Amino acid sequence: MPSLFEKLWQAHIVREETNEPTLLYIDLHLIHEVTSPQAFEGLRQAGRSVRRPDLTFGTADHNVPTTDRSLPIADVIAARQIDTLRKNCQDHGIQLFDINSPEQGIVHVIGPELGLTQPGMTIVCGDSHTSTHGAFGALAFGIGTSEVEHVLATQCLPQNKPRTMKVQTSNTLPSGVSAKDLALGIIGKIGTDGATGYVIEYAGEAVRNLTMEGRMTLCNMSIEAGARAGMIAPDETTFAYLKGRRFAPQGESWDTAVNSWRTLHSDEDARFDKVVQLDALQLEPFVTWGTSPGMVAPVTSHVPDPADAKTLADQQAAERALEYMALKPRTSIQDIHIDRAFIGSCTNARLEDLRAAARVVKGYHINSSVTALVVPGSHEVKRAAEQEGLDRVFSDAGFEWREPGCSMCLGMNPDILQPGERCASTSNRNFEGRQGRGGRTHLVSPMMAAAAAIKGHFTDVREWEFK
Amino acid sequence: MQNFTTHTGLVAPLDRANIDTDQIIPKQFLKRIERTGFGEFLFYDWRCLPGGTLNPDFILNAPRYEGASILVAGKNFGCGSSREHAPWALAEYGFRVIISSSFADIFSNNCFKNGMLPLVLPDVIVLELLQRTQENEGYKLSVDLEKQIVADEIGLTATFQVSPFQKYCLMEGLDDIGLTLQHEDAITAYEVKRPAL
Repeated sequence: MPSLFEKLWQAHIVREETNEPTLLYIDLHLIHEVTSPQAFEGLRQAGRSVRRPDLTFGTADHNVPTTDRSLPIADVIAARQIDTLRKNCQDHGIQLFDINSPEQGIVHVIGPELGLTQPGMTIVCGDSHTSTHGAFGALAFGIGTSEVEHVLATQCLPQNKPRTMKVQTSNTLPSGVSAKDLALGIIGKIGTDGATGYVIEYAGEAVRNLTMEGRMTLCNMSIEAGARAGMIAPDETTFAYLKGRRFAPQGESWDTAVNSWRTLHSDEDARFDKVVQLDALQLEPFVTWGTSPGMVAPVTSHVPDPADAKTLADQQAAERALEYMALKPRTSIQDIHIDRAFIGSCTNARLEDLRAAARVVKGYHINSSVTALVVPGSHEVKRAAEQEGLDRVFSDAGFEWREPGCSMCLGMNPDILQPGERCASTSNRNFEGRQGRGGRTHLVSPMMAAAAAIKGHFTDVREWEFK
Repeated sequence: MQNFTTHTGLVAPLDRANIDTDQIIPKQFLKRIERTGFGEFLFYDWRCLPGGTLNPDFILNAPRYEGASILVAGKNFGCGSSREHAPWALAEYGFRVIISSSFADIFSNNCFKNGMLPLVLPDVIVLELLQRTQENEGYKLSVDLEKQIVADEIGLTATFQVSPFQKYCLMEGLDDIGLTLQHEDAITAYEVKRPAL
C-alpha cells in the first residue's frame, strides 16, 4: 500500500505530534562553502556542537576556480569562504574533500560517486539540487542555512509532510533524446511550480531504462519543477552502480543492505496525490528559449509567440523573457546562434555526459565564433575521462578542459558570461543573469551543447553525422 | 529571532511571476561568511545599472516606495536556489512581509526562520493589491498574524492560511533548534534503534 516516499518518511520519524511538523532523522548531511559558514557561526553563538560529525561530509565546489589549482585563489573573499569551511570542518571533526583532494568535486557528483548516497536514506544539503540523490531511492532535498544549522545541531529536521506525485513514463527515450530532455519535457509540461509542495516519484519504462547518471540528471531537475524532492525506486542498475564504492556496505553487509533496499519501491496499489503520464516516444531534444526552465521548445520547433500564451501573466512573462533573451517570436530554434558552450554542472558533468558530448565532438572543431568549456563534475570524473582520452577529443576540438567545480552553472567563480553573450549550457537554470549579468542561457543536453558548439547554432543531434 | 505579531507598512509592488532567488540576491554577493551585509545588494541586477548607480526605472527605486516593508509579487516567488541569503537581503532591506499567490518551498521555510512572513493570497486578491498599490500613493497594509487577517485602509480585508507551528514560532520569535533539542531523548532513542547504514 505505501509509496516509496511513504516508506522512507515512516522509517525516519523521530517524533510525531498533531499540529506540529514531524521530526525526521537525517542520515547524511552534505555541506559546502557557500551555505554553511553562517550555520557554524550560529552554533558557536549558541554554544552548540555538531551532533553527528560522522554523518556529515564537506566539499568546496561552488566558488572554486576551474583553472590551475596550484595557484592561490585570486578572489580573496572566495578564498576566505573556503578557508572558513576548512576551519569549521577541522573544529568539528567533519571529513572534508578539500579543493585539492582527489575526491573533490560538485557535492551532488561526489556523494553518489563515493557511495555516501544510498537507497533508503534521508539526505540534505544547503543546495536546492540535493534532489539529485533521489535517483538512488533516497529522500533528498535542499535546505536553507538555518536548517543546515538545525541538522548540524540535532541531526533532525522538523518537516511538514509533502504531497506525492508520480510521473509515469511509457516507452524508451529515442536515440539522441537524453535524460535531460526527459527532465525538460516534464518541466515544460507541468510548469516550474507544477510540483511545488510535492515529492515526485519517477517511474515507468523510460525511467527504468536510464543509467544511474541519467536518473541523477532527471532527479536533479526536480527542483526546477518546484518539487521538494524527486526519487526513483532502486533496482539492479542502482546496486550495480553502488557495489564496491568506498562508503558503500561491503561483504556480508552488502548482501543485507541489498535485501533491505529491494523493499524500497511503491507498492502496486500505492496512492499518489497526483499522477502525470508521459510517453517517452513523443519527446525530442529540447532547448529553452526563455528565462525559466519551463520556457522550453523542441529543437525542431520555434520560439513561441507570447500572444499565444494562455494567461496574461504568462504572456507578460514570455514578452519579458524574449526581450532579455533578444529573441523574436517564431524564430526557428535552429536559427539561434551561440557565443559560448558550457558542458558541466551537477546536472550533466558525469562521465556518461562527457562521453555523450565527446562522441558528437570527435573529428570536429568548434565553430570559430564559439568559445567552449568542459568542466568535469569531480576529480574522479576527470581522471576517468582522461583515461579514456576524452580530454584530448575536447581539446583537439577547441574546448577548454578544466578542473572540477560548479563553474559557469552559477558563475560564482570567474567562469561567467559577458553581457549579451548567448550560451548553450548543460546546467539547470536559465534565469536572468544566472551565468553572468546580461548573459543569455539556453538549457540543453550534453550532446545538444556539443553539437551547437560545433555548428555555431542549435541543431538536431538526432541527425548528427558521427565521425 | 525577531518575533512577528502584527505589522503595518508601506506596500511596494513587483508585478512579475517566478522571481527567483538569483534575482533577489545575485551570486556575486554570496561569498560573505556573515548573515549581514546583503540588503544593499537586494535585486541588484534590476535595482542597479552596470557600474552600480541606481536604475531610475526599477519600481523599488521610485521615491514613493522608499521605506516599503511589504512586497507584493507574482506567483512562484523565491524559486530556484536554496540560498538563505535571499530572505536575509529582503529582511535587511526592510521587508517583513512578502505577499504572493505562491512561494517556492525552500524560500518559504527560510523566511519563517528569519522573522519574515511569506503570505499567500489567491491570485485575484494579489492582482487587486497590485492595482491598489499602484493607484494609491502611500498605500499601506496591516497584517495580523494572530487573527490571520490582512487589511488596507480602504475596505479590503482578506484572511490567509499559515501552519499552526510556523505561526507559533514566528509569533514567539522562537529558536526552533532549541525546540528540537527539547526532544533529545527521542532523538537518542531513534539513534539506538537506527540500523547502521
